Amino acid sequence: MEKLEVKSLNHHFGFTEILRDINFTLNKGQVLSVVGPSGGGKTTLLHLCAGLLDVEEGSATNTFASSSFAFQDARLLPWKNVIDNIALGLLAAGEKKSVAIEKSKKIALEFGLEESDFEKFPKDLSGGMRQRVSFARALVVKPSLLFLDEPFSALDIGLKKELQSILIDMISKKEISILFITHDLMEAIRLSDEILLLKADPGHIVKKFSYDLAQNKRDDEYVYAQSAKILQDREIITTFELELK
Amino acid sequence: MKFTLKILKDFPAYLWSGWGAIASILLFIALWDMGNQIYGNLVLPSPLETFTTLVAMLADENVIAEIKTTLYRASVGFGISLVVGTSFGLLAGFFATASMMSRPIVTILVGMPPIAWIVLAMIWFGMGDETVIFTVIVASFPIIFVGALQGTRTLDGDLKEMSDSFKLPWHMKFFDVYFPHIFSYVFPAWVSGLGMAWKIVVMAELLATSDGIGASLAVARSQLDTPTALALVVIMIGSLMFVEYIILEPIKREVELWRS
Repeated sequence: MEKLEVKSLNHHFGFTEILRDINFTLNKGQVLSVVGPSGGGKTTLLHLCAGLLDVEEGSATNTFASSSFAFQDARLLPWKNVIDNIALGLLAAGEKKSVAIEKSKKIALEFGLEESDFEKFPKDLSGGMRQRVSFARALVVKPSLLFLDEPFSALDIGLKKELQSILIDMISKKEISILFITHDLMEAIRLSDEILLLKADPGHIVKKFSYDLAQNKRDDEYVYAQSAKILQDREIITTFELELK
Repeated sequence: MKFTLKILKDFPAYLWSGWGAIASILLFIALWDMGNQIYGNLVLPSPLETFTTLVAMLADENVIAEIKTTLYRASVGFGISLVVGTSFGLLAGFFATASMMSRPIVTILVGMPPIAWIVLAMIWFGMGDETVIFTVIVASFPIIFVGALQGTRTLDGDLKEMSDSFKLPWHMKFFDVYFPHIFSYVFPAWVSGLGMAWKIVVMAELLATSDGIGASLAVARSQLDTPTALALVVIMIGSLMFVEYIILEPIKREVELWRS
C-alpha cells in the first residue's frame, strides 16, 4: 500500500525551531490538508515530505510510486514555451520527446489552454494561464501523490473553482492522493478528507478534523456550513488569532 | 541546428528593419560633409575623400597586412579573456566566498585606466605583440568575468527547487534550467568585451608597436595625413558595426526572445 508516513518530525533552521513533533499518515487516495497561519512552517513541512529539504530528526517515509509538485507561484521556465514547460516532468521521467509533446498538448487543451497559446513564452501569459500551465505540468506525469503549496491563493474564484473541480474529479476516481498546504479553510474543507491544524512557533499540530462526505458530493452549502462550524472552534480561533483584541 | 535555421530565416526581416539605422548613418555623414565645408580639408576631410582613400588602402597589400596583425592581436587577447573570464566567472559564481573576494579585485581591474596598463605592459614585455595582447586581456577580462559571475549568482532558487521537485537529471538541469539563464548574462558580456578589445588593441598599438592599425594611425598623425587617419577609423568602426549588427545582434535576438 502506497503511503506517506511522517513520524516525530522536528526541524530547525539554525537555532530557530520550525517544526516540533509532527506525526501523520497519508494513505493512498486520501487528501490531507495542513492549515495554519502564514509563517507557521507549513511550507517547510511540505518540502520535507517532498524531499526538497533533508529530514534532520524523525522520519518522513514516502512510498508513493510517483509524486509531483504545484507551487504557489507557477515557476515556469521563462525560456521555454507552454508545451515544453508542461513536458518538463515527462522528459525528466524518461518519456520519449514526441510522446511527451503529444501528452502535453492533450492536457493543455483539457486545462483550458488554446492551441494558439502553445508556442507562447510565460512572459506572454496572464497569471491565471501560468497557473494552468503549472497545474498541467504537475498532473501530466500522472502522479500518485500530489504536493500542493497554496496553488490557488493568487487565482480568481472562477479559475480556482475550475482547477479544484479537476482535482475533485481525480479524487473521486481514486486516481490521486494529495498533501495540501493552505491558509484558506474553505478550500481545505472542499478538498480534504482530513485537516491538520498547524500552530506556529514552533509549528506543531494542535487538532485534526475529518470530513467523510465524498468530495464530489460536497456542495457550496456543505462547505459554507462546515466553514462556519470550524470557525467557532476554540483551537482555530487561537491559532489564527481571530479574537478581536 | 534548428536554432541556426531560425536565425537565418529571420535574418532578411532583421536586415529590412535596419533602414532606420542606415538613414541615421547617412544623416551623420551629411553632417560630417558640412563640417568639411566649414573647416576645410586639413582638419576634416570630406566623406568622399575619406572613402576614396579607404578604397585605395584596402587594395594595398601592406594595409591588409596591418589589419591582419591587429586582428590577430585582438582575437588572441579577446579569446583568452573569453575562455578564462567565462570559466573563472562561472566558478566564482558558484562559491559565495569566491564571488565576495573577487569583487574588489574586479573593481581594481575595471577602475585601472587602460593607459596605465599599457605603460606597465611596455615595461614588462617591451614593444611588441605581448604588450598589446596583455592590455587587451586586462581590459576585456573583467567585463566577461563579471557577466559570468552575475549569471551564476542570480540563478533562481525557486526554479532550482522546481527542478528538484520533478527530479530532473543533471543534464536536463544544466541545459534546461541553468544554461539559458547564465547564457543570457554571459553573451551580452562577450559582446561588450569584444567592443572593448577592439578599441584597446588600437590604442595599445599606437603607443607600443610599429605595426598594426594603431601604428598606422600614429604614422598618419605624424604626417598630418588626416584622410588616412579617418579611413583607419572607418575601418575600425565599420568592422565593429559589422560584427555587432550583422553577426551578434541576430543571435542575441533569437536567444533572448523569451525576455520581457
